[in-house]
Amino acid sequence: MLERTKILLLAAVLASAAISFFAGSINPYYYDILISIGINIILATSLNLVNGYTGQFSLGHAGFMAAGAYGSAWLTLAFGYALGTSVAGTTALFVFALTAGGLIAALAGLAVGVPSLRLRGDYLAIVTLGFNEIIKSVIQNAEPLGAQRGLGGMVAHTNFFWTFALAALTVYVVLNLVHSTYGSGFLAVRDDEIAAEAMGINTTKYKVLAFVIGAFFAGVAGGLYAHFKQFIHPEGFNFLRSMDIVVMVILGGMGSTIGVCIAAVLLTILPEGLRALAHLPWLPDWLRPIAENRMILYSLLLIILMITRPQGLFGTLGWKRKKA
Amino acid sequence: MNAPLLQLDQATMQFGGLKCVCDLSFIVTAGGLVGLIGPNGAGKTTVFNLITGVYRPTAGNITFAGKSVVGHRPYRITSRGIARTFQNIRLFGSLTVFDNVRTACNMHLRHGISHALMRGPKFAAENRTTENFVEELLQIFGLTAARDEPCRSLSYGGQRRLEIVRALATRPKLLLLDEPAAGMNPTEKIELMKLIRFTQEKFGLAVLLVEHDMKVVMGICERIIVLDYGRKIAEGTPTEIRADPKVIAAYLGKEAA
Repeated sequence: MLERTKILLLAAVLASAAISFFAGSINPYYYDILISIGINIILATSLNLVNGYTGQFSLGHAGFMAAGAYGSAWLTLAFGYALGTSVAGTTALFVFALTAGGLIAALAGLAVGVPSLRLRGDYLAIVTLGFNEIIKSVIQNAEPLGAQRGLGGMVAHTNFFWTFALAALTVYVVLNLVHSTYGSGFLAVRDDEIAAEAMGINTTKYKVLAFVIGAFFAGVAGGLYAHFKQFIHPEGFNFLRSMDIVVMVILGGMGSTIGVCIAAVLLTILPEGLRALAHLPWLPDWLRPIAENRMILYSLLLIILMITRPQGLFGTLGWKRKKA
Repeated sequence: MNAPLLQLDQATMQFGGLKCVCDLSFIVTAGGLVGLIGPNGAGKTTVFNLITGVYRPTAGNITFAGKSVVGHRPYRITSRGIARTFQNIRLFGSLTVFDNVRTACNMHLRHGISHALMRGPKFAAENRTTENFVEELLQIFGLTAARDEPCRSLSYGGQRRLEIVRALATRPKLLLLDEPAAGMNPTEKIELMKLIRFTQEKFGLAVLLVEHDMKVVMGICERIIVLDYGRKIAEGTPTEIRADPKVIAAYLGKEAA
């Protein structure tokens, strides 16, 4: 008998394939938002493994995303139609590039995972933030990656199917991990490192593993992004992008996958929804200037949400600092 | 039977100029029940931290089942058969009673991450074994009713009991209990004494017990070691310890002795 989670994964993949079939008739603006939602779900869910379930505060998720985006973009650009121009050939190359991008990001995750063994809380946050900037600076100075000009010309391989099938896979992996006895190590590290060690849990292994798995999926999300926008720029993977993902995790509720997914959807739609708000015909004229400053409204909504639900929409953990 | 399971050989722990534990030697035999007592700040918990690898002794040696544990990480030491509870309860606060115990089964898993992701038949079988094992432990210690409650909702005594259950789930040969009776009322203490005795016999464990409460220690320990300022000042049966002038002096002051 198949596990319930496997059936759900299969259903999600089939549904994305079915919807992908009709994607041509979706308004390009809405299509753009939809793909962004999928990519953000992957980013937020994978960061949640690190920040929410394992209790390590990472502020460098966009760095891993950049590693995956540039890694996979460079591969598809370099190999182009090496595997033929058929659908099978280009798809195979895309899958290969996504996987390689994920692995490159995972390698970067390994490098960040190591300092996490010695640092915690605010200090770790600063190191991961620094790592994000290092990756960005390296790309800004790497001529083969387009340096400050950005990298473009990728084929638009990313479609609805790949985005949402991979989002479903990310959710599947994270949920299966944290609900297994094997993955209980992540939660134990978050709750009490000393007790975790005393119960025979190799805390080093679990912290590094969280970073590596989290980074892998961020890399995959980066690959999807690169082959959707067809142009990537180092500034697109800066600290602010990392912050966006952290906000999704905190707002959704640290350690709640469903909450984080919903927050990823909401926070992708919200800025666009506010854009539409300014053009509502029945809006009184005096309100229009306020509605036009949508990012102020957006920030205000975030503040109100955090005041009223500090534990996040679906979280039970609360927004607390880790005890030393 | 009487081969030493745990042996401390002149173990010393020095923090800067302060020697918290000084030239401490004692043994715990397999299946033995030894008490470690001493006034506040005598270094009892430090001894536990040395045995479990939280601290590395600055001098001396600690062997478990014939092999030195010095310099090993705590999780390695636990995997060799030493489990402990904590003076200030350290449960996994966000997890349920069941999950707290299940987490301690982590190191005995035969299948790794790929099985947790693929969820094949082997994973299901092992999962069932683990679940049955946890259920059984909860049953023995009367925690079945609270199985899916958050562990923090348990009473203080219940949380202490859960810590013991969690430690047992690592399937230890030696159980270290750090002040299990702290904060308990007299009835709970009697229950606890029964529980420790029962656990020791049921699982064939050696137990090393740090305790303040004299009634508990005298009631169940076969042998008692007394620490004061990090040094061993006496060792013997409860009757011997009760009569020892040095122990009386350390606890009640020189005048009383």
